[in-house]
Amino acid sequence: MTDLQKQIENIKRISGANPEKCMRCGKCTAACPNYSEMEYHPHQFVYFIENGQLDRLLKSDSAFRCMTCFACVERCPRDVKPAKLIEAVRLTLIRRKDSNYLKPDEIPQKIDEDLPQQAIVSAFRKYTK
Amino acid sequence: MQKIGVFICWCGSNIAATVDVKKVAEAALREPGVVFSADYQYMCSESGQRLMKDTIKEKGLTGVVVCSCSPRMHEATFRKAAESCGLNPYMVEIANIREHCSWIHKDIEEATEKAVILMRAAVAKVNLNQSLTAGKSDVVKRALVIGGGIAGIQTALDIAEAGYEVDIVEKKPTIGGKMAELDKTFPTLDCSACILTPKMVDAAAHEKIKIYAYSEVEKVSGFVGNFTATIRKKARYVNENLCTGCGLCTEKCPSRKAPNEFNEGLNTRSAIYIPFAQAVPKLAVIDPAACIHFKTGKCGLCEKTCDAKAIDYNQKDELIERRYGAIVVATGFNVIKLDNFEEYGYAANPDVITSLELERLMNAAGPTGGTLLRPSDKTHPKKIVFVQCVGSRGQRPCDKPYCSKICCMYTAKHSMLIREKYPDTEVYVFYIDVRTPGKNFEEFYRRAVEQYGVHYIKGQVGKVAENEGKLRVYGSDLLLNEQVVIDADLVVLAAAIEPDESAKKIATMLTTSIDTNNFLTEAHPKLRPVESATAGIFLSGVCQGPKDIPETVAQASAAAVKVVGLLAKDQITCNPCVARSDELLCNGCSACEKVCPYGAISYMDKEVNDHGKREVRRLAYVNEAVCQGCGACTVACPSGAMDLKGFTNKQIMAEVDAICR
Amino acid sequence: MSVENKEFKPTIVAFCCNWCSYAGADLAGSGRMQYPADVKIIRVPCSCRVNPMFILRAFQRGADGVILCGCHPGDCHYSTGNYYTRRRMTMLFDFLDYLGIERGRTRVEWVSAAEGARFASVMNDFVKKVRDLGPNRKITDLRCKPVEKEGE
Repeated sequence: MTDLQKQIENIKRISGANPEKCMRCGKCTAACPNYSEMEYHPHQFVYFIENGQLDRLLKSDSAFRCMTCFACVERCPRDVKPAKLIEAVRLTLIRRKDSNYLKPDEIPQKIDEDLPQQAIVSAFRKYTK
Repeated sequence: MQKIGVFICWCGSNIAATVDVKKVAEAALREPGVVFSADYQYMCSESGQRLMKDTIKEKGLTGVVVCSCSPRMHEATFRKAAESCGLNPYMVEIANIREHCSWIHKDIEEATEKAVILMRAAVAKVNLNQSLTAGKSDVVKRALVIGGGIAGIQTALDIAEAGYEVDIVEKKPTIGGKMAELDKTFPTLDCSACILTPKMVDAAAHEKIKIYAYSEVEKVSGFVGNFTATIRKKARYVNENLCTGCGLCTEKCPSRKAPNEFNEGLNTRSAIYIPFAQAVPKLAVIDPAACIHFKTGKCGLCEKTCDAKAIDYNQKDELIERRYGAIVVATGFNVIKLDNFEEYGYAANPDVITSLELERLMNAAGPTGGTLLRPSDKTHPKKIVFVQCVGSRGQRPCDKPYCSKICCMYTAKHSMLIREKYPDTEVYVFYIDVRTPGKNFEEFYRRAVEQYGVHYIKGQVGKVAENEGKLRVYGSDLLLNEQVVIDADLVVLAAAIEPDESAKKIATMLTTSIDTNNFLTEAHPKLRPVESATAGIFLSGVCQGPKDIPETVAQASAAAVKVVGLLAKDQITCNPCVARSDELLCNGCSACEKVCPYGAISYMDKEVNDHGKREVRRLAYVNEAVCQGCGACTVACPSGAMDLKGFTNKQIMAEVDAICR
Repeated sequence: MSVENKEFKPTIVAFCCNWCSYAGADLAGSGRMQYPADVKIIRVPCSCRVNPMFILRAFQRGADGVILCGCHPGDCHYSTGNYYTRRRMTMLFDFLDYLGIERGRTRVEWVSAAEGARFASVMNDFVKKVRDLGPNRKITDLRCKPVEKEGE
């Protein structure tokens, strides 16, 4: 099993979702309220994972743009659970070694006056390992 | 001692690829009673059967075991072959080493071992088999068709044309079914009523056809060739023999608020009504739930209006018992309820409609007289969105897992008709796949796109919400990879179809099986598509699976041919595997009589010779023409006197022993 | 224990109604749905043909599990046969329980002619349960069994 296959298997395991059940209707994307903010849309997450193009998803920040509102999970007629797949991609990114999403020296530029201190700390904890 | 021949079929590579047939043949020779064994490529072929027949003659076989496919497939074939060369057909047993062995196992050793055991069990059974002779029973030369839609009408017409009596039982006040509600039919754009109503009239006028409209089948007993059905003729409160169908009463009736079923509830009708102008039988019927007379005891206007004196408020339901040789189920379909599909807002917005409702809105006899108007404000819609696969092909609890088959085509039809009649209307169709397998279907769909400029969008709609008097449709266009938003005036949902709710009840009544979607199951998916697993019960139309009109008519005629084939016989062969009571063991306790679902067991006093002791005893007696061979009595019998021929206690225990050896 | 279970191949007798589960098994076959070869099917006209005696006989002759499949309640080809089955088997299984034969070794399942996938999954599940229970030694007539070597 290659690394990629392992990662995809892991994503399926974490999410408990099966992208093979998808019948490509696109209802998930049609229902997505945050559509315009995402580079890749819910149906692409499903298709890329099924298709082994996980890298494209990992390089994009779309996973973090998903609001996890579960509209796609609710609407999907085939019970594919796109939001759970997106969540699993997010976890894969977070759990990855040596490629921290946020590096400590990047933080000063990102600091917003209005942002509470606690949010920065928790974001740092969440996105680094 | 039996002389048994064992024949092992390769079934090409179906069996031979996973079962070592030579090994099974060798093992067979070690079994008691086996004098011959052979393997052959296709036992069911002409030459395979000849091998069997020749061996029976040469070796003087008294029993045969064929290790092959399921007995449900070829048991009859091999029994017939045995019979043709003088061996009693019930001396042949099948060991199912294909469906139950080679097809489900991959390991050759394991599959061979199992095949040997299955062969052993069959040999053990044949060793105890006895020759059986089938009895005969008479065929009642009349057929019952349940459901009076196009399927039922076609089946009835074809049976009647062959010269046999047919009764149609329809639960609605008129025959015609769903097809009567349609405006046009694809792919020819024929007017639906123009092709259906002549058939309805033919059915009503045919001397061999009797229509029980507004009636339901309540009980069915009996068996193939000899069913007895109880039909409940619901009270119309109108005397059928007097009513002329003039319709004067329906105009005078002051209660006009009942939803009109024929127009899918898009408008209302009077309490006394005739479903539609071409109704057959064209008789008025009173809906007691809406009638003022039934609610308050007053009014009585229809009674006063009717010159024919046909109104009869005291009419009661009538129970009719009729005997039939065959029964055809043609209960049809309904559009699913869309209350659970909140995303499309069907319940909240009057302008979100189903395709069947659109059909009525476009029909000249419909609530708008054939002008397409929005239900909410009666204006012409300028932008119409069609949504495909609503409730079909899904896995949520509210969804149906199957494809409803007809939606792609009727949506193409609707969009085409709308663009033709109102060229200024924009039509969008959200589709997942466009499925057009049928003669001239693909060409029809392409015409909608190329000639009529219907916008087909590959994607599904995620949400429909009201927005300033319009319906905002959020969909996805998967080819553009974009979310699209359309402000539509009318949204038409291609809702899934499901079998009529009566199908389940009727299947239980007829002891035939239904699948998980409540469609009736055919006897064989490929080779016996219009017969049910229960002898004498046939299937016609959508009750068996989604179908369009041409397919329904084809299946209806096919079912009719099967019925005619049955009714053409004066007598049919009964199942000889029936219960038999041993006189010397029976103690006349009545336990068997109580469990028999057919009332086949009675008691009589008979003199028996019990080891030289002559005495008169009360003994169970099985009526072989009535017994269906379920075997319930054999287990209930405390003294072990009752046994089932062909499946005797000893035979089944021999099988158990062979498997556990 | 676990090693023994892995090698243990139970003998399982399945009584199947001709109208529903036997056809369901056929459907599982034509759908190539795998289930263990330990299951051997005996065809009966109706689940109510199965005399409790047959099940006792199977255990006596060394079966490790017996499963009885009939039509879903209400769908019996003979209208009421499966109701008799249900009652009879409830009583028999209580009795077997009393004898010390584990509940997992006996089962009644309703499988229709259209449920090939269900037939396969029922069989997979049942075989797994019986395998976990190990060989049945309770009322087995040891004279029917080949001699086992000590210590194995």
